[in-house]
Amino acid sequence: MQLEVAVHKKLGPFSCNAEFSLTGRRVGIFGASGSGKSTLMHMLAGLLKPDSGRISLGGVTLFDSSTGINLKPEKRRIGVVFQHAHLFPHMSVRRNLLYGWRRTPEQDRHLQPEAIIEVLGLEHLLDRGVGMLSGGERQRVALARTVLTCPRLILMDEPLTGLDEELKFQIIPYLIKFFSTFDIPLLFISHALLEMRLMTEQVLVVEGGQVAKQMATEELARTSWATPRHGYANLLRLGRPKPRGDLWAYQWGDMHLILTEKGKDGENIFELDAREILLFKRHPEATSARNLLPCIVRKLFTVGNRVRVELQCGPDQLIAQIVPESMRELELAEGKEIVAVIKASAFRRLM
Amino acid sequence: MSFLQPSDIQAIILSFKVACTATVLSTPLGIGVAYLLAHTRIPGKTVLEGVVNLPLVLPPVVVGYLLLVLFGRNGWIGQVLARFDIHIIFTLTGAIIASSVVGFPLLVRSIRLGMESVDASYNKASRTLGAGPWDAFLTITLPLSGRAVLAGMTLMFARSLGEFGATIILAGNIPGVTQTIPLAIYEYTSSPGGDRMALSLCFVSILLSFIVLLASGAATRTLNKR
Repeated sequence: MQLEVAVHKKLGPFSCNAEFSLTGRRVGIFGASGSGKSTLMHMLAGLLKPDSGRISLGGVTLFDSSTGINLKPEKRRIGVVFQHAHLFPHMSVRRNLLYGWRRTPEQDRHLQPEAIIEVLGLEHLLDRGVGMLSGGERQRVALARTVLTCPRLILMDEPLTGLDEELKFQIIPYLIKFFSTFDIPLLFISHALLEMRLMTEQVLVVEGGQVAKQMATEELARTSWATPRHGYANLLRLGRPKPRGDLWAYQWGDMHLILTEKGKDGENIFELDAREILLFKRHPEATSARNLLPCIVRKLFTVGNRVRVELQCGPDQLIAQIVPESMRELELAEGKEIVAVIKASAFRRLM
Repeated sequence: MSFLQPSDIQAIILSFKVACTATVLSTPLGIGVAYLLAHTRIPGKTVLEGVVNLPLVLPPVVVGYLLLVLFGRNGWIGQVLARFDIHIIFTLTGAIIASSVVGFPLLVRSIRLGMESVDASYNKASRTLGAGPWDAFLTITLPLSGRAVLAGMTLMFARSLGEFGATIILAGNIPGVTQTIPLAIYEYTSSPGGDRMALSLCFVSILLSFIVLLASGAATRTLNKR
Protein backbone atom coordinates (compact mmCIF):
# COMPACT_ATOMS: atom_id res chain seq x y z
CA MET A 1 0.00 0.00 0.00
CA GLN A 2 1.27 3.43 -0.90
CA LEU A 3 -1.10 5.95 0.65
CA GLU A 4 -0.46 9.66 0.45
CA VAL A 5 -2.76 12.02 2.28
CA ALA A 6 -2.75 15.76 2.80
CA VAL A 7 -6.25 16.93 3.64
CA HIS A 8 -7.96 19.74 5.45
CA LYS A 9 -11.51 19.63 6.73
CA LYS A 10 -13.38 21.93 9.06
CA LEU A 11 -16.42 20.56 10.87
CA GLY A 12 -17.89 23.22 13.13
CA PRO A 13 -15.31 23.97 15.84
CA PHE A 14 -13.26 20.90 14.97
CA SER A 15 -10.72 20.97 12.22
CA CYS A 16 -8.80 18.06 10.80
CA ASN A 17 -5.43 18.67 9.14
CA ALA A 18 -3.92 15.34 8.29
CA GLU A 19 -0.74 14.93 6.35
CA PHE A 20 1.06 11.63 6.03
CA SER A 21 2.53 9.16 3.64
CA LEU A 22 2.33 5.46 4.32
CA THR A 23 3.79 2.27 3.03
CA GLY A 24 3.13 -0.98 4.81
CA ARG A 25 0.66 -3.78 4.98
CA ARG A 26 -0.94 -3.33 8.37
CA VAL A 27 -1.07 0.17 9.68
CA GLY A 28 -3.01 1.52 12.63
CA ILE A 29 -4.58 4.88 13.21
CA PHE A 30 -4.41 5.38 16.95
CA GLY A 31 -5.97 8.12 18.98
CA ALA A 32 -8.51 8.91 21.70
CA SER A 33 -12.16 9.30 20.74
CA GLY A 34 -12.79 12.70 19.21
CA SER A 35 -9.26 12.96 17.88
CA GLY A 36 -10.39 12.85 14.26
CA LYS A 37 -9.80 9.19 13.41
CA SER A 38 -13.29 8.66 12.05
CA THR A 39 -13.28 11.93 10.12
CA LEU A 40 -10.09 10.79 8.45
CA MET A 41 -11.57 7.37 7.71
CA HIS A 42 -14.68 8.93 6.13
CA MET A 43 -12.54 11.18 3.94
CA LEU A 44 -10.44 8.24 2.75
CA ALA A 45 -13.55 6.23 1.91
CA GLY A 46 -15.12 9.13 0.03
CA LEU A 47 -18.02 9.46 2.46
CA LEU A 48 -16.92 12.94 3.51
CA LYS A 49 -15.47 15.53 1.16
CA PRO A 50 -12.35 17.33 2.42
CA ASP A 51 -12.35 21.12 2.09
CA SER A 52 -9.03 20.94 0.33
CA GLY A 53 -6.06 18.67 -0.21
CA ARG A 54 -5.12 15.50 -1.95
CA ILE A 55 -5.49 11.75 -1.39
CA SER A 56 -3.85 9.11 -3.51
CA LEU A 57 -3.65 5.35 -3.11
CA GLY A 58 -1.15 3.26 -5.05
CA GLY A 59 -0.58 6.08 -7.54
CA VAL A 60 -4.32 6.60 -8.20
CA THR A 61 -5.63 10.01 -7.22
CA LEU A 62 -8.82 9.62 -5.21
CA PHE A 63 -9.25 13.25 -4.34
CA ASP A 64 -7.53 16.42 -5.45
CA SER A 65 -9.09 19.78 -4.76
CA SER A 66 -6.77 21.57 -7.18
CA THR A 67 -7.90 19.53 -10.19
CA GLY A 68 -11.43 18.88 -8.94
CA ILE A 69 -11.01 15.11 -8.75
CA ASN A 70 -13.28 13.45 -6.22
CA LEU A 71 -13.90 9.76 -6.88
CA LYS A 72 -17.24 8.53 -5.55
CA PRO A 73 -17.09 5.94 -2.74
CA GLU A 74 -18.19 3.15 -5.08
CA LYS A 75 -15.34 3.96 -7.47
CA ARG A 76 -12.53 4.08 -4.90
CA ARG A 77 -12.37 0.36 -4.18
CA ILE A 78 -11.67 1.02 -0.53
CA GLY A 79 -13.54 -1.36 1.75
CA VAL A 80 -14.85 -0.17 5.10
CA VAL A 81 -15.75 -2.29 8.12
CA PHE A 82 -17.75 -0.01 10.37
CA GLN A 83 -17.80 -0.09 14.13
CA HIS A 84 -21.41 -1.23 14.24
CA ALA A 85 -21.09 -3.55 11.24
CA HIS A 86 -24.13 -1.98 9.52
CA LEU A 87 -25.32 -5.27 8.11
CA PHE A 88 -28.42 -4.72 6.00
CA PRO A 89 -31.30 -5.77 8.26
CA HIS A 90 -33.64 -6.73 5.41
CA MET A 91 -31.25 -9.29 3.93
CA SER A 92 -29.99 -12.68 5.04
CA VAL A 93 -26.32 -13.20 5.85
CA ARG A 94 -25.80 -14.68 2.39
CA ARG A 95 -27.35 -11.71 0.59
CA ASN A 96 -25.32 -9.34 2.76
CA LEU A 97 -22.14 -11.16 1.86
CA LEU A 98 -22.85 -11.13 -1.85
CA TYR A 99 -24.07 -7.52 -1.96
CA GLY A 100 -20.67 -6.07 -2.77
CA TRP A 101 -19.44 -9.14 -4.66
CA ARG A 102 -22.25 -8.78 -7.20
CA ARG A 103 -21.31 -5.15 -7.74
CA THR A 104 -17.63 -5.85 -8.29
CA PRO A 105 -16.53 -6.04 -11.92
CA GLU A 106 -15.66 -9.61 -12.89
CA GLN A 107 -12.02 -8.85 -13.69
CA ASP A 108 -11.53 -7.51 -10.15
CA ARG A 109 -13.02 -10.53 -8.39
CA HIS A 110 -9.88 -12.35 -7.35
CA LEU A 111 -11.32 -13.83 -4.17
CA GLN A 112 -13.92 -16.59 -4.04
CA PRO A 113 -16.84 -16.27 -1.61
CA GLU A 114 -16.40 -19.91 -0.51
CA ALA A 115 -12.80 -19.28 0.57
CA ILE A 116 -13.66 -16.18 2.60
CA ILE A 117 -16.68 -17.84 4.18
CA GLU A 118 -14.49 -20.73 5.26
CA VAL A 119 -11.63 -18.64 6.67
CA LEU A 120 -14.04 -16.54 8.71
CA GLY A 121 -16.10 -19.56 9.78
CA LEU A 122 -19.44 -18.37 8.46
CA GLU A 123 -20.75 -21.52 6.74
CA HIS A 124 -23.42 -22.24 9.32
CA LEU A 125 -24.71 -18.65 9.39
CA LEU A 126 -25.47 -18.12 5.70
CA ASP A 127 -29.24 -18.54 5.81
CA ARG A 128 -29.79 -16.64 9.04
CA GLY A 129 -31.26 -13.18 9.30
CA VAL A 130 -28.70 -10.67 10.51
CA GLY A 131 -30.80 -9.98 13.61
CA MET A 132 -29.94 -13.46 14.88
CA LEU A 133 -26.16 -12.94 14.97
CA SER A 134 -23.95 -12.30 17.98
CA GLY A 135 -21.67 -9.26 18.13
CA GLY A 136 -18.62 -11.22 17.00
CA GLU A 137 -20.48 -12.92 14.18
CA ARG A 138 -21.77 -9.59 12.94
CA GLN A 139 -18.24 -8.21 12.67
CA ARG A 140 -17.03 -11.30 10.86
CA VAL A 141 -19.90 -11.07 8.37
CA ALA A 142 -19.19 -7.38 7.90
CA LEU A 143 -15.51 -8.10 7.23
CA ALA A 144 -16.35 -10.88 4.76
CA ARG A 145 -18.86 -8.65 3.00
CA THR A 146 -16.25 -5.91 2.59
CA VAL A 147 -13.48 -8.27 1.57
CA LEU A 148 -15.62 -9.83 -1.17
CA THR A 149 -15.52 -6.54 -3.05
CA CYS A 150 -11.78 -7.26 -3.42
CA PRO A 151 -10.79 -3.78 -2.26
CA ARG A 152 -7.33 -2.28 -2.68
CA LEU A 153 -7.37 -1.26 0.98
CA ILE A 154 -9.55 -2.18 3.94
CA LEU A 155 -10.41 0.38 6.60
CA MET A 156 -11.57 -1.05 9.89
CA ASP A 157 -13.15 1.57 12.10
CA GLU A 158 -12.99 0.40 15.72
CA PRO A 159 -14.34 -3.01 14.73
CA LEU A 160 -13.76 -4.50 18.19
CA THR A 161 -15.03 -1.65 20.33
CA GLY A 162 -18.19 -2.61 22.15
CA LEU A 163 -17.39 -6.31 22.14
CA ASP A 164 -16.51 -7.90 25.46
CA GLU A 165 -12.92 -8.90 26.16
CA GLU A 166 -13.38 -12.60 25.61
CA LEU A 167 -15.12 -12.09 22.29
CA LYS A 168 -12.45 -9.68 21.12
CA PHE A 169 -9.76 -12.27 21.50
CA GLN A 170 -11.93 -14.80 19.75
CA ILE A 171 -12.17 -12.55 16.70
CA ILE A 172 -8.60 -11.28 16.50
CA PRO A 173 -7.20 -14.69 15.46
CA TYR A 174 -9.70 -14.74 12.58
CA LEU A 175 -8.55 -11.29 11.56
CA ILE A 176 -4.87 -12.17 11.79
CA LYS A 177 -5.39 -15.42 9.92
CA PHE A 178 -7.40 -13.57 7.37
CA PHE A 179 -4.97 -10.78 6.68
CA SER A 180 -2.06 -13.18 6.47
CA THR A 181 -3.94 -15.49 4.07
CA PHE A 182 -5.22 -12.77 1.77
CA ASP A 183 -2.84 -10.08 0.79
CA ILE A 184 -4.97 -6.98 1.40
CA PRO A 185 -3.53 -3.86 3.03
CA LEU A 186 -5.26 -2.88 6.24
CA LEU A 187 -5.76 0.44 7.95
CA PHE A 188 -6.93 -0.36 11.45
CA ILE A 189 -8.53 2.41 13.45
CA SER A 190 -8.71 2.04 17.22
CA HIS A 191 -8.14 3.70 20.55
CA ALA A 192 -7.10 0.45 22.23
CA LEU A 193 -3.35 -0.09 22.39
CA LEU A 194 -3.54 -3.84 22.83
CA GLU A 195 -5.67 -4.27 19.69
CA MET A 196 -3.18 -2.10 17.84
CA ARG A 197 -0.26 -4.22 18.96
CA LEU A 198 -1.97 -7.41 17.88
CA MET A 199 -3.25 -6.14 14.54
CA THR A 200 -0.69 -3.68 13.18
CA GLU A 201 3.00 -3.16 12.55
CA GLN A 202 3.11 0.60 12.48
CA VAL A 203 0.82 3.36 13.67
CA LEU A 204 -0.17 6.90 13.00
CA VAL A 205 -0.95 8.65 16.26
CA VAL A 206 -3.77 11.15 15.74
CA GLU A 207 -4.28 14.01 18.19
CA GLY A 208 -6.62 16.96 17.77
CA GLY A 209 -7.27 16.25 14.11
CA GLN A 210 -3.58 16.01 13.23
CA VAL A 211 -1.17 13.18 12.73
CA ALA A 212 1.17 13.75 15.68
CA LYS A 213 3.51 10.80 15.24
CA GLN A 214 4.20 7.90 12.95
CA MET A 215 6.08 4.96 14.45
CA ALA A 216 6.34 1.21 14.90
CA THR A 217 3.49 -0.16 17.02
CA GLU A 218 5.81 -1.73 19.60
CA GLU A 219 7.63 1.55 19.98
CA LEU A 220 4.31 3.25 20.68
CA ALA A 221 3.55 0.61 23.31
CA ARG A 222 6.90 1.21 24.98
CA THR A 223 6.62 4.98 25.00
CA SER A 224 3.01 5.25 26.14
CA TRP A 225 3.61 3.24 29.33
CA ALA A 226 4.37 6.42 31.24
CA THR A 227 0.72 7.50 31.31
CA PRO A 228 -0.59 6.85 34.83
CA ARG A 229 -2.77 3.80 35.44
CA HIS A 230 -1.53 2.10 32.27
CA GLY A 231 1.09 -0.49 32.93
CA TYR A 232 3.02 -1.97 30.09
CA ALA A 233 1.85 -5.37 28.91
CA ASN A 234 4.49 -7.77 27.60
CA LEU A 235 3.04 -9.78 24.74
CA LEU A 236 4.60 -13.21 24.57
CA ARG A 237 4.17 -15.44 21.57
CA LEU A 238 4.63 -18.94 22.92
CA GLY A 239 4.59 -22.28 21.15
CA ARG A 240 2.42 -25.26 21.97
CA PRO A 241 2.07 -26.30 25.61
CA LYS A 242 3.69 -29.45 26.99
CA PRO A 243 2.46 -30.93 30.26
CA ARG A 244 4.87 -30.64 33.16
CA GLY A 245 3.39 -32.08 36.32
CA ASP A 246 0.07 -30.30 36.72
CA LEU A 247 1.40 -27.20 34.96
CA TRP A 248 2.27 -26.41 31.36
CA ALA A 249 5.65 -25.65 29.82
CA TYR A 250 6.00 -23.43 26.77
CA GLN A 251 9.03 -22.87 24.60
CA TRP A 252 10.05 -19.20 24.64
CA GLY A 253 13.27 -18.34 22.86
CA ASP A 254 15.88 -20.73 24.24
CA MET A 255 14.16 -21.31 27.58
CA HIS A 256 10.94 -22.68 28.96
CA LEU A 257 8.20 -20.80 30.73
CA ILE A 258 5.95 -22.59 33.20
CA LEU A 259 2.33 -21.50 33.19
CA THR A 260 -0.83 -22.61 34.92
CA GLU A 261 -2.95 -22.10 31.83
CA LYS A 262 -3.19 -24.61 29.02
CA GLY A 263 -3.22 -23.00 25.59
CA LYS A 264 -4.16 -24.43 22.22
CA ASP A 265 -1.87 -26.37 19.91
CA GLY A 266 0.01 -23.92 17.75
CA GLU A 267 0.91 -20.34 18.64
CA ASN A 268 -0.49 -18.83 21.81
CA ILE A 269 -0.30 -15.20 22.74
CA PHE A 270 -0.04 -14.40 26.44
CA GLU A 271 -0.09 -11.05 28.18
CA LEU A 272 2.25 -10.41 31.09
CA ASP A 273 1.88 -7.19 33.04
CA ALA A 274 5.24 -5.43 33.58
CA ARG A 275 4.29 -5.02 37.27
CA GLU A 276 4.04 -8.80 37.74
CA ILE A 277 7.78 -9.32 37.20
CA LEU A 278 9.91 -9.43 40.37
CA LEU A 279 13.63 -8.73 40.14
CA PHE A 280 16.25 -10.46 42.31
CA LYS A 281 19.92 -9.63 42.65
CA ARG A 282 20.93 -13.30 42.88
CA HIS A 283 19.20 -16.55 42.16
CA PRO A 284 16.84 -17.18 45.09
CA GLU A 285 17.34 -20.70 46.34
CA ALA A 286 13.71 -21.51 46.68
CA THR A 287 10.61 -19.55 45.76
CA SER A 288 6.96 -20.21 45.13
CA ALA A 289 7.26 -18.64 41.70
CA ARG A 290 7.92 -21.14 38.91
CA ASN A 291 9.86 -18.99 36.46
CA LEU A 292 13.35 -17.76 37.29
CA LEU A 293 14.94 -16.18 34.27
CA PRO A 294 18.53 -14.95 34.23
CA CYS A 295 18.53 -11.60 32.38
CA ILE A 296 20.70 -8.63 31.59
CA VAL A 297 19.48 -5.09 32.21
CA ARG A 298 19.55 -3.25 28.93
CA LYS A 299 17.97 0.06 29.77
CA LEU A 300 16.53 1.92 32.73
CA PHE A 301 14.05 4.72 32.44
CA THR A 302 12.51 6.63 35.33
CA VAL A 303 9.27 8.57 35.21
CA GLY A 304 7.95 9.93 38.51
CA ASN A 305 7.87 7.10 41.01
CA ARG A 306 8.11 4.33 38.45
CA VAL A 307 11.08 2.78 36.71
CA ARG A 308 10.89 0.86 33.48
CA VAL A 309 13.51 -1.86 33.23
CA GLU A 310 14.21 -3.36 29.83
CA LEU A 311 15.52 -6.87 30.20
CA GLN A 312 17.30 -9.09 27.72
CA CYS A 313 16.39 -12.75 28.36
CA GLY A 314 18.27 -14.79 25.79
CA PRO A 315 17.08 -13.61 22.39
CA ASP A 316 13.91 -12.04 23.78
CA GLN A 317 13.07 -8.94 25.71
CA LEU A 318 10.89 -8.33 28.70
CA ILE A 319 9.88 -5.09 30.30
CA ALA A 320 9.45 -4.88 34.05
CA GLN A 321 8.14 -2.00 36.09
CA ILE A 322 9.50 -1.29 39.57
CA VAL A 323 9.81 1.68 41.93
CA PRO A 324 12.96 3.85 42.23
CA GLU A 325 13.68 2.62 45.77
CA SER A 326 13.97 -0.99 44.54
CA MET A 327 16.27 0.17 41.77
CA ARG A 328 18.62 1.69 44.32
CA GLU A 329 18.58 -1.32 46.63
CA LEU A 330 19.21 -3.72 43.75
CA GLU A 331 21.94 -1.41 42.48
CA LEU A 332 20.52 -1.79 39.00
CA ALA A 333 22.62 -0.49 36.13
CA GLU A 334 22.74 -1.14 32.44
CA GLY A 335 24.58 -4.37 31.67
CA LYS A 336 24.06 -5.85 35.16
CA GLU A 337 22.95 -9.49 35.44
CA ILE A 338 19.84 -10.14 37.49
CA VAL A 339 17.11 -12.75 37.85
CA ALA A 340 13.51 -12.06 36.80
CA VAL A 341 10.95 -14.06 38.77
CA ILE A 342 7.47 -14.62 37.43
CA LYS A 343 4.64 -16.64 38.93
CA ALA A 344 3.10 -19.34 36.75
CA SER A 345 -0.29 -17.71 37.20
CA ALA A 346 0.82 -14.20 36.18
CA PHE A 347 0.30 -14.88 32.48
CA ARG A 348 -3.04 -14.15 30.90
CA ARG A 349 -3.86 -15.94 27.71
CA LEU A 350 -5.22 -13.55 25.06
CA MET A 351 -5.56 -15.99 22.22
CA MET B 1 -86.44 -2.82 -1.66
CA SER B 2 -83.01 -4.42 -1.57
CA PHE B 3 -80.15 -3.29 0.68
CA LEU B 4 -78.23 -1.59 -2.15
CA GLN B 5 -79.47 -0.02 -5.38
CA PRO B 6 -77.63 -0.76 -8.66
CA SER B 7 -76.45 2.87 -8.58
CA ASP B 8 -74.95 2.21 -5.14
CA ILE B 9 -72.98 -0.72 -6.50
CA GLN B 10 -71.75 1.58 -9.26
CA ALA B 11 -70.71 4.16 -6.67
CA ILE B 12 -68.79 1.53 -4.71
CA ILE B 13 -66.97 0.32 -7.83
CA LEU B 14 -66.19 3.90 -8.82
CA SER B 15 -64.87 4.69 -5.37
CA PHE B 16 -62.54 1.75 -5.63
CA LYS B 17 -61.39 2.73 -9.10
CA VAL B 18 -60.67 6.27 -8.00
CA ALA B 19 -58.90 5.31 -4.77
CA CYS B 20 -56.82 2.55 -6.36
CA THR B 21 -55.76 4.61 -9.37
CA ALA B 22 -54.98 7.70 -7.31
CA THR B 23 -52.91 5.70 -4.82
CA VAL B 24 -51.01 3.63 -7.38
CA LEU B 25 -50.21 6.63 -9.59
CA SER B 26 -49.21 8.86 -6.69
CA THR B 27 -46.93 6.38 -4.93
CA PRO B 28 -43.85 6.62 -7.20
CA LEU B 29 -44.11 10.41 -7.17
CA GLY B 30 -44.68 10.36 -3.41
CA ILE B 31 -41.55 8.25 -2.91
CA GLY B 32 -39.56 10.68 -5.05
CA VAL B 33 -40.78 13.77 -3.23
CA ALA B 34 -40.33 12.12 0.18
CA TYR B 35 -36.75 11.24 -0.72
CA LEU B 36 -36.03 14.81 -1.83
CA LEU B 37 -37.43 16.13 1.43
CA ALA B 38 -35.77 13.55 3.65
CA HIS B 39 -32.31 13.05 2.22
CA THR B 40 -31.29 15.94 0.00
CA ARG B 41 -30.42 19.57 0.42
CA ILE B 42 -32.04 21.02 -2.69
CA PRO B 43 -32.74 24.74 -2.93
CA GLY B 44 -36.40 25.61 -2.39
CA LYS B 45 -37.01 22.60 -0.21
CA THR B 46 -39.16 24.61 2.18
CA VAL B 47 -41.32 25.83 -0.68
CA LEU B 48 -41.71 22.30 -2.03
CA GLU B 49 -42.64 21.11 1.43
CA GLY B 50 -45.22 23.88 1.76
CA VAL B 51 -46.81 23.15 -1.61
CA VAL B 52 -47.01 19.42 -0.90
CA ASN B 53 -48.57 19.94 2.52
CA LEU B 54 -50.96 22.73 1.51
CA PRO B 55 -53.87 20.42 0.60
CA LEU B 56 -53.67 19.02 4.12
CA VAL B 57 -54.55 22.34 5.71
CA LEU B 58 -56.71 23.92 3.00
CA PRO B 59 -60.43 23.12 2.92
CA PRO B 60 -60.90 20.45 0.20
CA VAL B 61 -63.42 22.75 -1.46
CA VAL B 62 -60.67 25.33 -1.93
CA VAL B 63 -58.36 22.68 -3.40
CA GLY B 64 -61.16 21.58 -5.72
CA TYR B 65 -61.80 25.13 -6.82
CA LEU B 66 -58.10 25.79 -7.49
CA LEU B 67 -57.96 22.59 -9.52
CA LEU B 68 -61.06 23.69 -11.42
CA VAL B 69 -59.35 26.98 -12.26
CA LEU B 70 -56.20 25.14 -13.32
CA PHE B 71 -57.86 22.37 -15.36
CA GLY B 72 -60.85 24.40 -16.66
CA ARG B 73 -61.33 25.19 -20.29
CA ASN B 74 -59.39 28.43 -19.85
CA GLY B 75 -57.00 27.21 -17.16
CA TRP B 76 -53.23 26.84 -17.71
CA ILE B 77 -53.28 23.09 -17.91
CA GLY B 78 -56.84 22.83 -19.22
CA GLN B 79 -55.97 24.86 -22.33
CA VAL B 80 -53.05 22.63 -23.18
CA LEU B 81 -55.01 19.44 -22.59
CA ALA B 82 -57.95 20.75 -24.66
CA ARG B 83 -55.67 20.81 -27.69
CA PHE B 84 -55.28 17.06 -27.38
CA ASP B 85 -59.02 16.73 -26.78
CA ILE B 86 -58.48 15.69 -23.17
CA HIS B 87 -61.07 16.88 -20.69
CA ILE B 88 -60.71 16.67 -16.96
CA ILE B 89 -63.74 18.48 -15.60
CA PHE B 90 -66.70 16.24 -14.79
CA THR B 91 -64.85 13.04 -15.68
CA LEU B 92 -63.44 10.07 -13.78
CA THR B 93 -59.95 11.48 -14.43
CA GLY B 94 -61.02 14.64 -12.60
CA ALA B 95 -62.13 12.57 -9.60
CA ILE B 96 -58.78 10.76 -9.59
CA ILE B 97 -56.84 14.04 -9.77
CA ALA B 98 -58.88 15.54 -6.94
CA SER B 99 -58.27 12.47 -4.77
CA SER B 100 -54.57 12.38 -5.64
CA VAL B 101 -53.98 16.01 -4.70
CA VAL B 102 -55.89 15.79 -1.43
CA GLY B 103 -54.32 12.46 -0.39
CA PHE B 104 -50.77 13.23 -1.55
CA PRO B 105 -49.56 15.05 1.61
CA LEU B 106 -50.58 12.08 3.76
CA LEU B 107 -48.63 9.74 1.50
CA VAL B 108 -45.50 11.91 1.43
CA ARG B 109 -45.58 12.56 5.16
CA SER B 110 -45.67 8.91 6.03
CA ILE B 111 -42.96 7.86 3.54
CA ARG B 112 -40.75 10.74 4.56
CA LEU B 113 -40.94 9.85 8.24
CA GLY B 114 -40.07 6.28 7.31
CA MET B 115 -37.11 7.30 5.20
CA GLU B 116 -35.80 9.66 7.86
CA SER B 117 -35.83 6.83 10.37
CA VAL B 118 -33.64 4.64 8.15
CA ASP B 119 -30.09 4.90 9.48
CA ALA B 120 -28.01 6.73 6.86
CA SER B 121 -25.12 4.41 7.70
CA TYR B 122 -26.71 1.59 5.73
CA ASN B 123 -26.63 3.79 2.71
CA LYS B 124 -22.98 4.67 3.36
CA ALA B 125 -22.11 1.01 3.80
CA SER B 126 -23.73 0.14 0.50
CA ARG B 127 -21.79 2.90 -1.25
CA THR B 128 -18.47 1.56 0.04
CA LEU B 129 -19.57 -1.86 -1.23
CA GLY B 130 -19.81 -0.53 -4.75
CA ALA B 131 -23.42 0.62 -5.09
CA GLY B 132 -24.11 3.87 -6.90
CA PRO B 133 -26.59 6.38 -5.45
CA TRP B 134 -29.59 4.97 -7.36
CA ASP B 135 -28.60 1.41 -6.62
CA ALA B 136 -28.26 2.23 -2.91
CA PHE B 137 -31.67 3.92 -2.91
CA LEU B 138 -33.45 1.04 -4.62
CA THR B 139 -31.78 -1.78 -2.70
CA ILE B 140 -31.34 -0.22 0.74
CA THR B 141 -33.31 2.94 1.53
CA LEU B 142 -36.53 2.00 -0.26
CA PRO B 143 -36.87 -1.57 1.07
CA LEU B 144 -36.01 -0.39 4.57
CA SER B 145 -38.80 2.19 4.40
CA GLY B 146 -41.23 -0.35 2.92
CA ARG B 147 -43.50 -0.29 5.95
CA ALA B 148 -43.78 3.49 5.81
CA VAL B 149 -44.60 3.36 2.09
CA LEU B 150 -47.34 0.85 2.83
CA ALA B 151 -48.70 2.94 5.67
CA GLY B 152 -48.72 6.00 3.44
CA MET B 153 -50.54 4.12 0.70
CA THR B 154 -53.14 2.93 3.19
CA LEU B 155 -53.72 6.43 4.48
CA MET B 156 -54.00 7.80 1.00
CA PHE B 157 -56.34 5.03 -0.11
CA ALA B 158 -58.61 5.61 2.86
CA ARG B 159 -58.53 9.35 2.31
CA SER B 160 -59.44 8.85 -1.37
CA LEU B 161 -62.39 6.62 -0.47
CA GLY B 162 -63.74 9.46 1.65
CA GLU B 163 -62.82 12.36 -0.61
CA PHE B 164 -65.79 14.70 -1.14
CA GLY B 165 -65.14 18.43 -1.33
CA ALA B 166 -62.54 18.63 -4.08
CA THR B 167 -64.19 15.87 -6.08
CA ILE B 168 -67.66 17.42 -6.18
CA ILE B 169 -66.22 20.67 -7.49
CA LEU B 170 -63.78 19.26 -10.05
CA ALA B 171 -65.65 16.15 -11.16
CA GLY B 172 -69.23 16.89 -10.22
CA ASN B 173 -71.75 14.38 -8.93
CA ILE B 174 -72.75 12.37 -11.99
CA PRO B 175 -74.15 8.91 -11.17
CA GLY B 176 -72.18 6.19 -12.94
CA VAL B 177 -69.43 8.58 -14.00
CA THR B 178 -68.04 10.44 -11.00
CA GLN B 179 -70.46 9.62 -8.19
CA THR B 180 -68.39 7.88 -5.51
CA ILE B 181 -69.75 6.66 -2.16
CA PRO B 182 -69.56 10.00 -0.28
CA LEU B 183 -71.20 11.83 -3.18
CA ALA B 184 -73.96 9.23 -3.35
CA ILE B 185 -74.57 9.57 0.39
CA TYR B 186 -74.72 13.33 -0.03
CA GLU B 187 -77.33 12.96 -2.75
CA TYR B 188 -79.43 10.57 -0.66
CA THR B 189 -79.43 12.86 2.32
CA SER B 190 -80.52 15.81 0.25
CA SER B 191 -83.43 13.97 -1.37
CA PRO B 192 -86.64 13.18 0.61
CA GLY B 193 -86.87 9.62 1.96
CA GLY B 194 -83.23 8.81 1.20
CA ASP B 195 -82.18 8.39 4.83
CA ARG B 196 -82.33 4.61 4.81
CA MET B 197 -80.29 4.37 1.62
CA ALA B 198 -77.75 6.85 2.97
CA LEU B 199 -77.44 4.74 6.10
CA SER B 200 -76.78 1.53 4.19
CA LEU B 201 -74.05 3.26 2.14
CA CYS B 202 -72.58 4.58 5.38
CA PHE B 203 -72.48 1.01 6.60
CA VAL B 204 -70.67 -0.05 3.41
CA SER B 205 -68.23 2.82 3.90
CA ILE B 206 -67.44 1.74 7.47
CA LEU B 207 -66.96 -1.85 6.32
CA LEU B 208 -64.60 -0.83 3.52
CA SER B 209 -62.48 1.36 5.77
CA PHE B 210 -62.25 -1.46 8.26
CA ILE B 211 -61.12 -3.91 5.59
CA VAL B 212 -58.44 -1.44 4.43
CA LEU B 213 -57.12 -1.10 7.98
CA LEU B 214 -57.05 -4.86 8.50
CA ALA B 215 -55.30 -5.48 5.17
CA SER B 216 -52.71 -2.84 5.93
CA GLY B 217 -52.11 -4.31 9.38
CA ALA B 218 -51.61 -7.77 7.89
CA ALA B 219 -49.20 -6.44 5.26
CA THR B 220 -47.17 -4.58 7.88
CA ARG B 221 -46.90 -7.75 9.96
CA THR B 222 -45.63 -9.66 6.94
CA LEU B 223 -43.00 -6.98 6.31
CA ASN B 224 -41.99 -7.06 9.97
CA LYS B 225 -41.42 -10.77 9.85
CA ARG B 226 -39.02 -10.49 6.94
